[in-house]
Formats: sequence, C-alpha cells, structure tokens
Amino acid sequence: MSLFSFLNRRSSAPMARERLQVLLAHERAQVGHSDLVGLLREEILAVIARHVQLDQDKVNVTMQRGENVSTLEVDIEIPVTASVRAA
Amino acid sequence: MAKVIVVTSGKGGVGKTTSTAALGAALAQRGEKTVVVDFDVGLRNLDLVMGAERRVVYDLINVVQGDAKLSQALIRDKRLETLHLLPASQTRDKDNLTAEGVEKVIDELRKTFDWIICDSPAGIERGATLAMRHADTAVVVTNPEVSSVRDSDRIIGLLDAKTKKAENGERMEKHLLLTRYDPTRAERGDMLKVDDVLEILSIPLLGIIPESMDVLRASNLGSPVTLADAACAPALAYRDAARRLAGEQVPMTIPGERRGFMNKLFGRRAA
Repeated sequence: MSLFSFLNRRSSAPMARERLQVLLAHERAQVGHSDLVGLLREEILAVIARHVQLDQDKVNVTMQRGENVSTLEVDIEIPVTASVRAA
Repeated sequence: MAKVIVVTSGKGGVGKTTSTAALGAALAQRGEKTVVVDFDVGLRNLDLVMGAERRVVYDLINVVQGDAKLSQALIRDKRLETLHLLPASQTRDKDNLTAEGVEKVIDELRKTFDWIICDSPAGIERGATLAMRHADTAVVVTNPEVSSVRDSDRIIGLLDAKTKKAENGERMEKHLLLTRYDPTRAERGDMLKVDDVLEILSIPLLGIIPESMDVLRASNLGSPVTLADAACAPALAYRDAARRLAGEQVPMTIPGERRGFMNKLFGRRAA
C-alpha cells in the first residue's frame, strides 16, 4: 500500500502556492477598509432580525473565497409560526 | 553612516534570533562596528544564542528608563571586538518600552555603530512595531511554509504603514531571508520553492539559508552560526546575505546544495 500511495502522491507545494495566492489577494484588499463580506453578513442579518425573530442556531452563513469572485451564502430558516414584527 | 536593520517575521520560530546573531557576527567580521539589540522583552533569547547570558547586568529597559547608561548595558562579544549586544529585559513588561525611549536609544547607538540590528519579537503587537519603527531596512525572515508566508505578508504591510520611514512618505527597504530551505524537498514538490515565495511576497531576496544541523549546534554552543563553524553551509549563506546587505553584488546560490548520491555517482562516471 505504501508503495502505491507513494507513487500516486501528488506534490503538495503547488497547492500551498495556490491557496496562498488566493488568501493573500483577499487579505491585502482588506487592509485600509473593513472586511466587505463580513460587513454584508452582519447587515443582512440585522435587517432580517428587524422583521423576524431569528434563532441563531438556524442561521447558516458560509463563504467561498475564489480568485475573482467570492460568494456569501446566508441560509436562514424561518418557521411558519414566526411572529412577523410590524413591517 | 549607521544603518538600522530590523529582523522580523510575524510568525515565531522561523529563525529571527538565529538570523540576527548570524548576520550581526558576519557584519562585525567585516570590521564594521555592529550591535545586535533584543526587543523581545520578557522572552529574551538573543543573549543565549550569542553565548552572553551570564554577562547581562543591565538591559534595554534600564537604558530606556534612565537606570543605566547605554555603555553599561552594552556587552562586548568575547570573540569579536566589533560585535556588541544590547539585551532585552527578562523580568520587566514590554509596556515599559516607549516609542520615545526607544528612539533615544537608537539615536545614541547610531553615533557609535555602523550597524544596528534589531531582533523583533514574534507577533504584530507593541514589541514588534517598536522594533521596526526606526529601521532603515527590514529583513523579513520566512520559512517556505504557508503560515510563515502569510504572516510575512502581514508584516510587510505593517512595515509600509507603521514605521517612521513610511509615515514620512519614504520607501521602506525590505529584503526576504528564506530560512530552513531544503532544496531536495522543494525539487520533489513537497516544499514551496524560492521562486514561489518570491512571487507571492514580491520583495527582493537577501539570501537562502539551507535547513541544517549546524544551526542547532551553534545555538547549543552559544555562538552565532557564522562564528561557530565558518565553513558550514548556513554560515556561508549568512555571510553572503550580510555582504548583500552591505551593498555588494553576490551571486545567489543555495550553499551546501549537494547533488544526490546517485547523481554524484553518475556525474562522475560521465565526466
């Protein structure tokens, strides 16, 4: 097994290089102004919380940082019985 | 004219103190008056790596607070009379370091020394920002490894924002010192290559220090690696790096890079 896994093993350095390039492009962009994605996440949640009682456990925020675009996925479970506050 | 250098990295354990001692000794060996200054208040180690741990009487904080004169705190190296150490305090808190106090000490050191090499603590807080504050040139010590490269990138950002030079609108000179490099593993694709790190950080290369047993052996002995064994691979690499710091043109090599046993065998046959 060890022999075959050794033969199949792909080198890891290109992976390290690619991950760093993507990460640092984002971190460098954040210097000076605040984290845009983080800001969006907080404001979106605040707006929804104004109208619907939010259960923090039922809120799922995921983020994918890509080279050119990042996606922010906000998944909020709103129960049918949720008390809709005055709109 | 005196040159103030900060040896910094963000991440701990990448070789700042080793590099400070080795570069300091290499510059002093050129006959230029050199002082290595430990900024790691509370966790000093430069004294230990330099083999002067039993000779510390006064430290940087004593001088900053006016309890001792600079000349009382400076320790002259027993091997090289051009090399001096200004130790950090082991017992005091880093809050005792003030920007004004550090500036006064650095200005005083500039009068007597050709090279002032500041060993920065890890991290990006007060100690690290004070160590870099008055520098003319920065040596960014980086290992070919993701977390070290990321932290170096952060430190480069701070060097361009939080230093006196940056605030005056001047350009902060930055150099990359790649340490613990293993050419065999890089060639195999299991370690970031020199060019990968250079491309990501985009600052000029000062030197490549190969991973070596000699570095640990030197620190065991309490000697900068450039003095412990002047002929070993890391010593040669540090000496070349010191020459580049001094403005000499030295071709970039990876000292100690040996061809593999098989290569040697076949290479010899072919010749």
